[in-house]
Amino acid sequence: MSTPDQQSTTNGGSSQSGEPLLVVQNLKKWFPIKKGILIDRTVDHVKAVDDVSFEIYPGKTLGLVGESGSGKSTTGYCVLELLKPTSGSVRFLGEELTTMKKEDLRRMRREMQIVFQDPYASLNPRMTVGDIVGEPLLVHKVGNRARRRKTVQELLEVVGFNPDFVNRYPHEFSGGQRQRIGIARALALNPRLIVCDEPVSALDVSIQAQILNLLKDLQGEFGLTYLFVAHDLAVVRTMSDDIAVMNKGKIVEAGPAERVYTQPQDEYTKALLAAVPVPDPHRMRERKEERRKHKHALAESI
Amino acid sequence: MPLLEVEDLRTYFKTREGEVHAVDGVSFEVEEGSVLGIVGESGCGKSVTSLSIMGLVQSPGRVVSGSIRFEGRELTTMSDKALEDVRGMQISMIFQDPMTSLNPTLTIGTQITETIRRHLGLSKAEADKRAIQLLEEVHIPDAARRMRDYPHRFSGGMRQRVMIAMALSCNPKLLIADEPTTALDVTVQAGVLETLDELRRDHGMTMIIISHNMGVIAETAEQVLVMYAGQIVEQASVIDLFDRPEHPYTEALLGSLPHIDDHDPRNDRLATIPGRPPDLLVPPEACRFAPRCKYAGIDDCSKVQPELREIRTGHWVRSRHPASERSAEPVGAR
Repeated sequence: MSTPDQQSTTNGGSSQSGEPLLVVQNLKKWFPIKKGILIDRTVDHVKAVDDVSFEIYPGKTLGLVGESGSGKSTTGYCVLELLKPTSGSVRFLGEELTTMKKEDLRRMRREMQIVFQDPYASLNPRMTVGDIVGEPLLVHKVGNRARRRKTVQELLEVVGFNPDFVNRYPHEFSGGQRQRIGIARALALNPRLIVCDEPVSALDVSIQAQILNLLKDLQGEFGLTYLFVAHDLAVVRTMSDDIAVMNKGKIVEAGPAERVYTQPQDEYTKALLAAVPVPDPHRMRERKEERRKHKHALAESI
Repeated sequence: MPLLEVEDLRTYFKTREGEVHAVDGVSFEVEEGSVLGIVGESGCGKSVTSLSIMGLVQSPGRVVSGSIRFEGRELTTMSDKALEDVRGMQISMIFQDPMTSLNPTLTIGTQITETIRRHLGLSKAEADKRAIQLLEEVHIPDAARRMRDYPHRFSGGMRQRVMIAMALSCNPKLLIADEPTTALDVTVQAGVLETLDELRRDHGMTMIIISHNMGVIAETAEQVLVMYAGQIVEQASVIDLFDRPEHPYTEALLGSLPHIDDHDPRNDRLATIPGRPPDLLVPPEACRFAPRCKYAGIDDCSKVQPELREIRTGHWVRSRHPASERSAEPVGAR
């Protein structure tokens, strides 16, 4: 990410060469608020995403963190053109996506996939695991039937699943296992970019760690690039090279993860970091003091 | 005498496949004025424990055996009528989801005064006055005017504050907060937890806080119970538990947490707990954590259930391999 205070860190920080994989510039997504019965007129807009810019280099992870309603998921959807941005530019692999024709966009979709939050709602209960994971291959007409079946089994193995599970149904699996199925599906077309939209927030802590490790391993193995969207600051920290903090549709602070977490500049970022409860009772007093100091940057909605 | 004594509580749920042992032999005490935290992952029985105390376990679930004494009075055998009075006046509960706990068709004022009038027998004017005072106490701005608003006009954090006001309306001695901030944003959570703490001190209230979040427990509780597969596996003061966790499960749980102030965690892997909790339809006779435990050997772990024992003053653990007694390295490398 390009930031005013860009600095390189020792391990996988922001030191990069070559072209960014994804460049987002002045992205806006405004939802109209309409009034009137016969004649709809737009009275105002909800500025879900309001002038957001960032870049991600190949093999890196940008963590997009914020609270509910900050626009972080909407940003992710706009990047994939799952939502049409109101204005702004999304350049992926050097091509502009926002003005692209449907057929071309479809071709680009092979290179960019998404992992959703809720592993219970995002898998079709009537489809077998094999069909779910293999569907992207079918849609994009990759290989023949036998070849696809082979690929699906390989994918299941990659995410730590028994390849013989192809004929089972999602309800036979726990949340963590379902999330593995969702990840296998996202990997099916061998994409460059995966948008991870709150991939572990529905999971228990011990299972969450398994999925985060899997995502890290896959990134190393396949050189994946992640846009990692989440509300949990500790989770984002462990996954990201760079961080962008969103509040009310805008990026309020961005930079290398280490810098943003240890020396936050923005008042909202400071308040957000101070609010996180830490599993250390000795630090309770100090944390509460921090919170009081930064409280002014927050207005609890009423 | 402790305010609340729970002894060998067992709450089972009937299903087509058999009975699920959701809470399976849980015993603990809560001293007056203290804060007890119950922590564990989904399905460990922490919420069912609190529902059992409140007498709110719905069919097909039922409290099969055990005793729950509040101020020395047995709750499990109490008549519904008597229990209703204990519930409103003495013990209150707030739930995770403030969106569904309020009636969307009634104003906030109506909902709060209903509770007050039912239990305290106040007139409408008196009840209104008390309600406004309560809303002010939980820091709802412009309380008198907001009494006339419907729940949809309130944000998540404010709804949870309304729920807290309702729970406090009859000055309960014990407040059970079941995941009170799980549905809230982290900055809102901080505010609500602060308010809860303030109220507890002002009213000298005893509190049980249930959470899956180790951070929330560390910041609110004085005593902590760690639950796993329907049982208490570790119990200690909050300081001792976080400083010197004994049970392999507690250790693993704390180890698998990412931290906001880890130094450069990007290239590190998180510690994980392999496998899943056991099926509570047929709970194993053995240690329930043994199949996932890296210290479980071919010894008694897979044969006999360990007892909850006091390993040092005030620190209880249900394991044959607590941290401070461990000499051997983990069995195998998992």
